[in-house]
Amino acid sequence: METAKVTQTVKFESIGYTLKANIRQYAMLIALVFIMFFFQIATNGILLVPMNVTNLILQNSYVLILAIGMTLCILTGGNIDLSVGSVAAFIAAIVGKLIIEMKMNVATAIITGLLMGVVIGVWQGFWIAYIRIPAFIVTLAGMLLFRGLTNTILKGLTLSPFPRSFQSISSGYLPDFFPAISGFNLTPIVFSAIFSIFLMLTQVKKRRAKIKSNTGVMPPVLFISQLLLIIVAVNLFACSLAAYKGIPIILMILLALIAGYHFFTTKTVPGRYIYAMGGNERAAQLSGINTNRVLFFVYLNMAVLSAVAGIVFAARTDSAFPLMGSGFELDAIAACFIGGASATGGVGTVIGAIVGALVMGVLNNGMSIMGIGSDWQMTIKGFVLLMAVAFDVLSKNRAK
Amino acid sequence: MVILEMKNISKYFGPVKALDNVNLKVTAGEIHALVGENGAGKSTLMNILSGVYPYGTYSGEILFQGEKCAFRSIRESERKGIAIIHQDLALIPYLSIAENIFLGNERAKWSVIDWEKTRRDAVSLLEKVGLKENPNVLIKDLGVGKQQLVEIAKALAKEVKLLILDEPTAALNEEDSDNLLRLLLELKRSGITAILISHKLNEVIKVADAITILRDGTTIETIDLRDGEINEDRIIKGMVGRELTDRFPKRQPKIGEVYLEIKNWTVYDPKIEGRKVIKDVSIRVHRGEIVGISGLMGSGRTEFAMSIFGKAYGRQISGEIIKAGKKLAINSIQNAIENGLAYVTEDRKNAGLILISDIRQNISLASLNKISKRGVIDDTEETRVATEYRSKLNIRSSSIYQKIQNLSGGNQQKVMLAKWIFAAPDILILDEPTRGIDVGAKYEIYTIINQLAEEGKAIIFISSELPEVLGLCDRIYVMNEGRIVGELTKEDASQEKIMRCIMQSMQNNRGVL
Repeated sequence: METAKVTQTVKFESIGYTLKANIRQYAMLIALVFIMFFFQIATNGILLVPMNVTNLILQNSYVLILAIGMTLCILTGGNIDLSVGSVAAFIAAIVGKLIIEMKMNVATAIITGLLMGVVIGVWQGFWIAYIRIPAFIVTLAGMLLFRGLTNTILKGLTLSPFPRSFQSISSGYLPDFFPAISGFNLTPIVFSAIFSIFLMLTQVKKRRAKIKSNTGVMPPVLFISQLLLIIVAVNLFACSLAAYKGIPIILMILLALIAGYHFFTTKTVPGRYIYAMGGNERAAQLSGINTNRVLFFVYLNMAVLSAVAGIVFAARTDSAFPLMGSGFELDAIAACFIGGASATGGVGTVIGAIVGALVMGVLNNGMSIMGIGSDWQMTIKGFVLLMAVAFDVLSKNRAK
Repeated sequence: MVILEMKNISKYFGPVKALDNVNLKVTAGEIHALVGENGAGKSTLMNILSGVYPYGTYSGEILFQGEKCAFRSIRESERKGIAIIHQDLALIPYLSIAENIFLGNERAKWSVIDWEKTRRDAVSLLEKVGLKENPNVLIKDLGVGKQQLVEIAKALAKEVKLLILDEPTAALNEEDSDNLLRLLLELKRSGITAILISHKLNEVIKVADAITILRDGTTIETIDLRDGEINEDRIIKGMVGRELTDRFPKRQPKIGEVYLEIKNWTVYDPKIEGRKVIKDVSIRVHRGEIVGISGLMGSGRTEFAMSIFGKAYGRQISGEIIKAGKKLAINSIQNAIENGLAYVTEDRKNAGLILISDIRQNISLASLNKISKRGVIDDTEETRVATEYRSKLNIRSSSIYQKIQNLSGGNQQKVMLAKWIFAAPDILILDEPTRGIDVGAKYEIYTIINQLAEEGKAIIFISSELPEVLGLCDRIYVMNEGRIVGELTKEDASQEKIMRCIMQSMQNNRGVL
């Protein structure tokens, strides 16, 4: 028997092509690095001291969670959810009531809160997906409705304090699994080392598969430098966590959510349905996709994530108060658009929204350290949002 | 007298040369047809002429009425009396006919609209184009044929000297097309010059005085029809650069047993209460057979096909679908796909493809369960499938990652076919699969359809182009006003017979009324 010899030349994409194809994704990432660099200097290095790095995560956790869900909403066709802040507050109020006033067990109270999120999702999803009232209107109504209910439950007062176990969701840290070295927590380093090896192996495997199937791959230089850059960034981040108190519990929740939803949107069939629906709903329907169900699921999911954000925020502020969460919806929406989502749907990524949320978070944090008032912070954030989307629109026009 | 001369026009899009020293000379008062395959550069040339691509983005010279032109916008070319009517009409659906006619050209003093004059002028313009409608009627309530006439009235309102029409009859039925062509001849008599871009060569021959043929961005030749009659094959030869001895690929039909039967199919309009769209239709299709459904636009062909395909259209649907002797109850599109049906839509941009997405994801969209395990998509498999179909159907593209919106019409159509062939149906309904695509791509699509029939699939082929139905189908149903009004075998069928079926049914209906 003879085996046929296959000679194959590897198809490399040019560096220019790779950069151009990914310019939107990379541009925001580069902007993020640039912004961090700027504030690192402007704050005399305070931005990236270990304590502040941890703080950045804790401060922005709820916006990150909401931005994930909001990405899915926007993907279905530029639909947004205005009710997320109010829903978060409503759930926080319920959980606060259950734990603080009714002395319910923390775990049971959290599960009840999440189930309430499901109920709210079913309610809003029904109107949006099956009655087809524009999402904008349903969630505007939800924004008022759940804010009102929050006030009713809290009777206009603040509920506080929560037990320690509840607070630890947002302020607790993973225990150090390794013998203590004075003031240095080894766990994050071990985690990031494992992650680095895992990343290297999977990326190389993926690249091999691509070469085998003869689809274009990045040139080696770019591939290696990209991989190295990620690994260095992750390890630096881990070191800075290690130098403070270790891995915050909320970070684990966040990473799980980001990884899970990234996988969901890029690798699964329902994830593909969401993109298809946003790209061309009629074509998706004629391909056998039940777009009503997709829309329903997306808003159900958003309400549950709002509930998660509400619980996380309550744990962080150690209270439930009538005005909590107002403005969250706008932060989450802005994060998605800064992260490259299209206002007409079908384009956008979870990772993009995370980058967008981090851009906003670093701006907030950096300006606060510099002592810039919240009035100017808002102005600058508005400007950044406009510039990011303008960049998007202009680069698309040029591509045509 | 020469009214327009375009000399040595060249235009690049990035590194791609779209036009290469194109020359066009149009005599005043003639209808000048511009023909060529898709991508030959017809639209690009007209966009340069009308100022869509401003002066400076191309090289060459434009002389209009002996004057050198350097248009920087559509407004500038309009001021000179050049008006272009695009394939996709540019009317505002929720404004009235009169408002649309004078859009951007309002009958106004100091920006305050004179409604009396607007109405009066609109009435006289509508008379000129032969449209009997109240000028206050909203555009959305008009059919495509009438909208086309409004577009022409709009151009006339600007005192047009040179009218450019880009595929004006592509979306019209025969009657409306004839009307439009008659209007063109009338306008010619009143001294208006026209450039007509069209794929329909029979129309071109009917009305044009001269034909310029473009191929691959260059001028091939200009034929003066006043020097004597020519036939379509002569033009096609110029367009494709070779003799197309046979426009339809040969096939030896191997027709098997009856595979699909539709019985007493009745469908009501989803919007208008009590209006029947499909009336008691029964058809049957054999394995390996290509069955045509012919009929004018609006005869209910698309509605019929979509109502079979998982009730994608209509309501109160009644009737039976029997496949291989078994009665099916199909209630959703997903159901229809699972039962081996596929419907390739006539409207590829709005209902068929995800334009912002790539070839790969469009091909897999209707069969994601085939390339996934427990809901997780197998990337490698998806890539393999897309690569396979790209080469099998000869989809011309840079790679499987190319966006659909950057493909030509013919290649988009092939992606849609690939998507449904990959879904592996037993019964394929093809709705206008060759609309708006060029001669070469048509031939390729016919070949694909023949192969599918060869594999034993049952094929329903819907088309407005009679020669195509006659050339491809083994049996033809003629449909009119929601009814089957005739059934012809391949040997029996001719254009005249099909038209006669339609005409007779119209007379019968009128008799009843």
